Formats: sequence, C-alpha cells, structure tokens
Amino acid sequence: MTITAAGPAAVAPAGSNHEGVAAIHTHALTKRFGKHTAVDRIDLLVPAGSVYGFLGPNGSGKTTTIRMLLGLVAPNEGEVQLLGQPMPGGGKRALARVGSLIEGPAFHPYLSGRDNLRRLDACDATADPGTRDLRIAAALDRVGLRAAENKRYRQYSLGMKQRLGIAAALLQPRDLLVLDEPTNGLDPQGTREVRALVRQVAAEGMTVLISSHLLAEIEQVATHVGIMSAGRLLRQGALSDVLGAGGFVVTVHTQVPHLAATALTRLGLTDVVPDSAAGVVTARLGTVNAETVAPFLVGDGVPFTGLNVARPALEDYFVHLTGEGFHVAG
Amino acid sequence: MSPVELMAEPAAAAPSPLRAAAPRRGATRRLLGSELRMVFRRRRNIALLVLLAAVPVAIGAAVKINTPRHAEDGPQFLGQVTGNGMFLVLTALTISLPLFLPLLVGVVAGDSVAGEAGSGTLRYLLTVPVTRTRVLLAKAFGVLAYAAAAVLTVGLVGLVTGGILFGLHPMTLLSGDTISLGAGLLRVAEVVAYVIASLTGFLAVGLFISTLTEVPIAAMAATVATAIIVTVLDQIPQLGSLRSLLFTHHWMGFGEILRLQVDWSMLTSWLGLQLAYVLIFCAAAWARFTTSDITS
Repeated sequence: MTITAAGPAAVAPAGSNHEGVAAIHTHALTKRFGKHTAVDRIDLLVPAGSVYGFLGPNGSGKTTTIRMLLGLVAPNEGEVQLLGQPMPGGGKRALARVGSLIEGPAFHPYLSGRDNLRRLDACDATADPGTRDLRIAAALDRVGLRAAENKRYRQYSLGMKQRLGIAAALLQPRDLLVLDEPTNGLDPQGTREVRALVRQVAAEGMTVLISSHLLAEIEQVATHVGIMSAGRLLRQGALSDVLGAGGFVVTVHTQVPHLAATALTRLGLTDVVPDSAAGVVTARLGTVNAETVAPFLVGDGVPFTGLNVARPALEDYFVHLTGEGFHVAG
Repeated sequence: MSPVELMAEPAAAAPSPLRAAAPRRGATRRLLGSELRMVFRRRRNIALLVLLAAVPVAIGAAVKINTPRHAEDGPQFLGQVTGNGMFLVLTALTISLPLFLPLLVGVVAGDSVAGEAGSGTLRYLLTVPVTRTRVLLAKAFGVLAYAAAAVLTVGLVGLVTGGILFGLHPMTLLSGDTISLGAGLLRVAEVVAYVIASLTGFLAVGLFISTLTEVPIAAMAATVATAIIVTVLDQIPQLGSLRSLLFTHHWMGFGEILRLQVDWSMLTSWLGLQLAYVLIFCAAAWARFTTSDITS
C-alpha cells in the first residue's frame, strides 16, 4: 500500500500556474560578441513562483542574458526554455505570458503615455481590443501614472518613464515578469513602490526575474538569487541557501551596549559584539525569531534607540566570491 | 467593474498551465492600423506631405502669374498647363519625381525599422510579441501607404489647384487626339497609380537599408543618397543598356500613359523591374532582420 500525500493540485498555492516547471531554464547559454564572451555557459534556473534576483555589476552579462531569454539576441551556444517553450522558436507562445522591462523603458517620444500603451496593445495579437482602455487605465493606475497619461512621453521624467515601462509589462495577465534594473532613475519613494509592486505580483502567482546592480534592493524582495560576474553565473539558489542559513544579523543602537549584549546572549543570539564607542551591539540571530528581540529587550529594561535586523550584506558576499568590488564593471 | 478589479481578475481565474495565447480575430488589421497611425500621426511625416502639396500649388501660381512663352523650355507638360488644369498634376509629378518624392519616401522608408531600433521600441515590439516577419510586413505596409499618400497628395492637390486656376477640360494627348474629360481623369489616375508602383523598388531598398543599422538618421541619409546616386548613374550614357536596370530609369515613363494607344505591355515590363527589386530587397531585409541580434 502506498501512502499518498495530498496531490500537487491541492497544495499548490493559488495562481502558481505551472508548479514544478521552471519559469526559466537555460543550459550552457553562451554569447560572444567578437572575441568578448559576454555570457559564458550559464545554467540559469528560475523556479516558477519565485522572485529571482539576478545580480551582478554593470557589464557582467545580465542584460545580454535577458535578451537571449526573450529571443532578442541569438545565443552562440546553449538552450533557453522560457515558460516551458524553447526560445527563440517558442517565442510566440511564451512571450505573450511574459511582461518585460529590458534595459530601461523605450517609447515613442511624440506620443502620450497612454497612446504608447495603445500602440503596444494594438500590436498584440492576443490582446482583446474591447478591454484595451480598461486594461491600460488599470496598468497606469498600478504604477501611479494615471494623472500624466495624456502627457507626451518626451515630457516625462526618468522616473515616470520607468513607471510607464512597468505599466506596459502589466498590460496583460502574465506568468512571468522580467524586470531589468527596474528602479533606475526612481527616487526612494518610487523604489519602495516598485518593491511593493514586485511583492504584490509575486503574491498573485507571477514569477519575477529582477536584475539589479543594487544588492540591498534585491535582498528585500528576492526569494532566489543568481550572481553574475564577468559573464559567469557564480552562484544561484534560494537566497537563504546562497547566504548561508542563520545569516541574519541584529544591530541594536543603545547607550548601554554591555547591558544589551547580556540580554541578547540570554535570548540565544550568538557572536554578540558590544561596541561601547559607537553605542552599538551586533549579534547573529541564528534560529531566534526576529520579532521577539525588541520585546525581550524592553522586558529586560534595556533602553535602546534603534533595532535593525538584516542579512549580512550580499555585497560582502559578492566581494568574498569574486575578490572585487561590486560596482566595478566586469 | 473598476479597472483595478479587472486587472486582478485574470490571476484569480482558474489557472491553466501555459494558457495558449490564441490570436484574436482582426489581429493583423489592428497591427497594420496601428502602423498607419504611427506613420500618419507623426508631425514630421505630415509636415513633409504639406511641403510636397506646395509643389503643385507653387507651379500653378507661377504659371498663372507668368505664362511661359516657350513651352519647350520648361519641364514636360508645363506648356499644356494653362490650357488644361489636369496637366498641372503631370507637371508637378515630373518636377517632384527626381528629388522631392524620393526624399520624402526615403526618409520614411529609412526610418521604418531603424527608427524603432534607435529609440529602443523595437525590443518591446518584438517581446509583445510580434514576430519579426510581421514587424517587417507592417513596416513595409506603412512605408507603401506613405508613398501612396505622397503621390496622391501631388495628384489631388494638383488637380484641385489646376482645376481652380485653369479649369479641367477634355485632354489633348501626345498624339494630338483629344479624349473626353472623364477619360482624361482616368488617364491621370492611371499615371498616379503608375508612379506609386514605380516607387516600390526604391521603397524596398529603403526598407532593407533600414534593417542594417539602428541609427535612423544614417538609414534615412543612405536611402536618400541611394536614390540620388542611382539618378546620377542614370544620366551617364556610357552605362548603356545597364541603365534600364536602374530603379529610377522608368520613373518618367508615365508619359506613355498619355498616348492614344497605351502600350500596357511595355509599362508592365517596367513595373516588372520594380517587382524584381521588391522581391530581392524585401528578401534581403527579411533575411537580415529575422536573424540579427537586437541589442538596441
């Protein structure tokens, strides 16, 4: 007799359309421009339903990889599976389910934001012209651009252009969103909004591939990461696996570092380091629930002015992997 | 239903693995319609058409003010304009064909693919997705429509201006025979159609050049320069019969339509040359565009 667990359909969260199928899978993907190898035999695996942070300095091959994923650039070697379809041959099927922002937004400068979206939608053979205006309005609402929809694209600020690009990616229901450097040109408020949007679409079941050279930005939303350097994929996997389990670090700002250090030790944190001069204590969270730290300190009568829980910076990890600074172009 | 609810609905609907994205009816019509709007709503293109429309008006006004005494001094058909406004169309086409028309349609043809590549919109068009073949077809359609609009502009503005300034009368053909007003208008329409068709080879060359670069200004300049170089080659007698293979060689052949007995087989063979250019350069454009890396 076989004991069966609940079938995959029963456990699959709502909206995860192809459980077990990788949203993106590449094998030995390689692109050379002349003598320069821009992308060097990478095996990218983006699980369905993940938010995949695609990281690397400018010039490390992220955008070339994304262009190959979307069929814009032909690889010299290797294969791409996009939503289960081989690219570029299966582009007609797969790309209709993919929204993308590739190396910055690009629209016709003499058309308004709304007319630019109408243009793209009119070219989409699968789009329903009957719902076009509603879908455009919804996409513009979603990125907060509704008030400027009738302005010419030429007059948009960099941040508004970026928002319009994201709106274009969301014109149709998608299974996969590919966002190449989506927060370029956005102010801190806009950056927060993009993060919120990524979380929101991920919660709806969309897989998100988000590339960035800003590590801190990715750490906050990604479930998985891939780290590129000089055309090679150095590491990839679940964020926690890549960074190492128990990697969270707690930082407490306090007038009494030693008191706080004692309390944190009693709570079960490790590597507790008080720094009296800076008025800071750092410690590794380990298996302790981050939400219990503040109440515990308060209960212990330790006054503190600030508390921060963070993974060790991905940037440090990157330097460790490559021995070079992150912002150096590869 | 508010827009936001509409947006949320698809995700909530029962998901099926890789829903086949079925094309909807009228997809090609919408694509071509969108391309037409892109071409004809662009200010630059409209301004060029307005400039072109000024050609027959200027000729008509000049002839009205200062009637040429020696008709043979001016361009073909100029002498007949005062007697019949219809000839203003033919004069305006004679003057526009070597320079203005190639300039206009060369700008639009050269810009067709390179313009989208240069502004980066091409990558978003291709990931909509629109297949590369369909993008190219839509661009070719837009360019042809613009060329047709340009020639029609000369034709209609010329006819209206000529009609107002000189009146429209039964047409005296090159042979000296006279045909009725209606038959004359038909001949003018045939001339316009012939001129549009005889531009197609050049349009295909422009489309091909447009796939070679992502710098639109370079593609436009190269396309217009091609027309100028070919026109110059066409003036060199030493090239002999080779000249009859140049796409500009029979542009002025529309005069044949004004004979009593039109030699359609000859006109057809001239347009056959244009067809050969269209086939060769559209194939080259397709081969180039469907295999090139889009890095812009």
